[in-house]
Amino acid sequence: MTTSQQQSRPELRERIREALESQRTDKERVPSITVLSSLLAVQDDLHYIPDEAIEETAIFCNATINDVWSVASFYTNFRFTPPGMTTVDVCWGPTCHLMGAQKVLDAVQDELGVDSEETSADGKITLRYSTCLGACAQAPVIARDHILSGRANPNSARQYISDLQQELENGIAH
Amino acid sequence: MVSRTEAPVDTYAEAMSQQTQYALLRARARQRWDDLTDGDKPWVRVGFGASGQAAGSQEVFDALKHYGPNGTQQINLSMVGAHGLMYLEPVVDVIVPRANRVFHANVTHEVVPDIMSHYIDGRDQHPLHASAYAYSGHADDYTSHLHDWDQLPPNQLQKKILTANFGDIDPHDIFQYIAQDGYSALNKAVLSMTPDEVLEEVKTSGLRGRGGAAFPTGLKWSFLAPSKAPVKYVLCNCEEGDPGAFNDKGILESDPHRLIEGLILNGYATNSTHGVVFIRQGHDIPIEATRRAIDEAYENGILGENILGSDFSFEMEVSLTGDSYVAGEETAMMEAIEGKRSTPRYKPPFPAQAGLFQKPTNINNVKTIAYVPSIVATSGDEFKKVGTESSSGTALVCLTGHIKRPGMYEVEMGVTIRQVLDDIGGGVADGSERIKVLQTGGPLGGVMGEEAFDTEIDFDAMAQSGAILGSGGIIVGDETTDVVDLIRNLVAFNQFESCGKCFPCRLGNTHMLDVLDRMCKNEAKPGDMQLLETVGNNMKIGSLCGHGQLGYNPISSAITYFGEEFEKRFNGELEKSGPFGDGSMILPSRTRP
Repeated sequence: MTTSQQQSRPELRERIREALESQRTDKERVPSITVLSSLLAVQDDLHYIPDEAIEETAIFCNATINDVWSVASFYTNFRFTPPGMTTVDVCWGPTCHLMGAQKVLDAVQDELGVDSEETSADGKITLRYSTCLGACAQAPVIARDHILSGRANPNSARQYISDLQQELENGIAH
Repeated sequence: MVSRTEAPVDTYAEAMSQQTQYALLRARARQRWDDLTDGDKPWVRVGFGASGQAAGSQEVFDALKHYGPNGTQQINLSMVGAHGLMYLEPVVDVIVPRANRVFHANVTHEVVPDIMSHYIDGRDQHPLHASAYAYSGHADDYTSHLHDWDQLPPNQLQKKILTANFGDIDPHDIFQYIAQDGYSALNKAVLSMTPDEVLEEVKTSGLRGRGGAAFPTGLKWSFLAPSKAPVKYVLCNCEEGDPGAFNDKGILESDPHRLIEGLILNGYATNSTHGVVFIRQGHDIPIEATRRAIDEAYENGILGENILGSDFSFEMEVSLTGDSYVAGEETAMMEAIEGKRSTPRYKPPFPAQAGLFQKPTNINNVKTIAYVPSIVATSGDEFKKVGTESSSGTALVCLTGHIKRPGMYEVEMGVTIRQVLDDIGGGVADGSERIKVLQTGGPLGGVMGEEAFDTEIDFDAMAQSGAILGSGGIIVGDETTDVVDLIRNLVAFNQFESCGKCFPCRLGNTHMLDVLDRMCKNEAKPGDMQLLETVGNNMKIGSLCGHGQLGYNPISSAITYFGEEFEKRFNGELEKSGPFGDGSMILPSRTRP
């Protein structure tokens, strides 16, 4: 970690420190604080893990940069570039698969103009594939920022995405 | 500690006369229940949870708020947990004052005003809305044409222990749980039983672990109990990454206090000091329900120092993991709670000697722990009467896929798979001809064909059939299901989720996925079946945990029941199969660094 890196984005660093600190101060009883819980706290706030967060987490947890990277690179929910305003998950678990998830996924990708787990060109919606969203009885399931929507088909999925785009256009979503 | 000044005056005297903190809580709970059920207002309950949310329950609930506590005050309104009959969601369940209970099914928010006018503006002026599906209690003039809820086949065949409160209580209100005798087992244990006596009841019950391994729970606890270490952990595993299974999260989002009571009893019986509930991040509904329930338990003297006035003290917290399926393996889970990469540890030392933070530790699945309050409230012998000789109790089955009535159903061990499919599930989904294949026990479980549908749901009978009961997921595939394609989906999951620690698992899953890819594109090579078997056996021998050891299960069970489908891959004449037969299946494909 060089001095110039440390000074690069002071506001971001401050926000990361606040997110890390919130593990202590937001709770009635202080939970166990670990490298993993710290990275989760940062991602909850920033929706990604910038390089500065790796360094700040190492300092906060008295761990090495290597320790923190090893954890951050292991769990597949962590991402290292800023996502769009909203993240859409499409499930490919076996139930959703049998119920037609691939066609739903094709429709979503077509509507977003992407062909893998990436962000739409307007920077608004990031697509992710999920191994299971936990509502298999309503398969196929899609979700936006962890809010689930079931019984999807290609047409409803297209509608879902265009409604979402409209909503973001109007500035309602987070 | 209980704030005694908050109790209603009349019940306060009664509670004081019984001299226990629990009696006071019961008095408050009774008052709360009476307020909800005895007044002139209908009590309207909306089934929620992940499945309800996916079906649109949130919008329905929001529409009902207009009539509720912050709206026109005409109804009592609660968001309750999962209704097992998930094909009916969103469900609006109305307790009509001085009458019966009416269930509206597949409700949309648009029809909420039409539904409510019947209950609010006058039952004779406004007919019962067409969404009314069933009644419970006595049939009256308004409801005699509806189904009797309790006689619906999916309800009749259930034996509810874990799910007794599902859909009936608000998971965010500890007093609704206490009103249903919640925490009475804990009160009995900490005030009138020794830890050994509690442990003996669990041993007698014959309870076996519901996480997949089916290890006798009492025996596991007895490894931890004797240790005199000052800090000992009991962990509850709700990682539940199994696609097709949602019953652990179902318990947390529908009745979290049952789990908390069970985990405290687990702690008491093993002389432990700390409990941790381990949940995967992102599943916000069960996470919030559990956190809130733990807070409520602390506020009411059920967690913390001197629980319910006894000498026993116990702390509890929620620990979140990142996305990693292997984190559900018990030693990998301890690594995750310590904040590290969730890879399995070598054993020995076993967790009971050196587990979480090197302290003596016990790990149990959510369902396992959630049975314990019932066992302690009655007795181990009573629990043993339910189920089969080798598998006592019930199974909480998640039925999904091409089935008429998908849902979460609690059935007594010993019923056959066919009963679950036909009587509870209503048979194959509309538009399909027959059930061809079942995938059970998660992605490391197996598949079974029709000749095995008479297998009893029982740990040992299921294992003999080549599938496993595992976490309780049963995924139904109809006659159009391409078994090789389904297996490819499972192996793709296993490949993606290998933690990478043992190379036979990390590379083996990748090899097997390559072969299955070829098969789905109808490009299989002559030695491919042999290659699958060789790789599968190497994984079994050379992997540290079940993820590698069981990784060949889906393929071996599929060959048993559907061997000819694999053989057909080699003649080069088949159409490319499955939705991804053209090789276009888009999957995250990587091994962990």
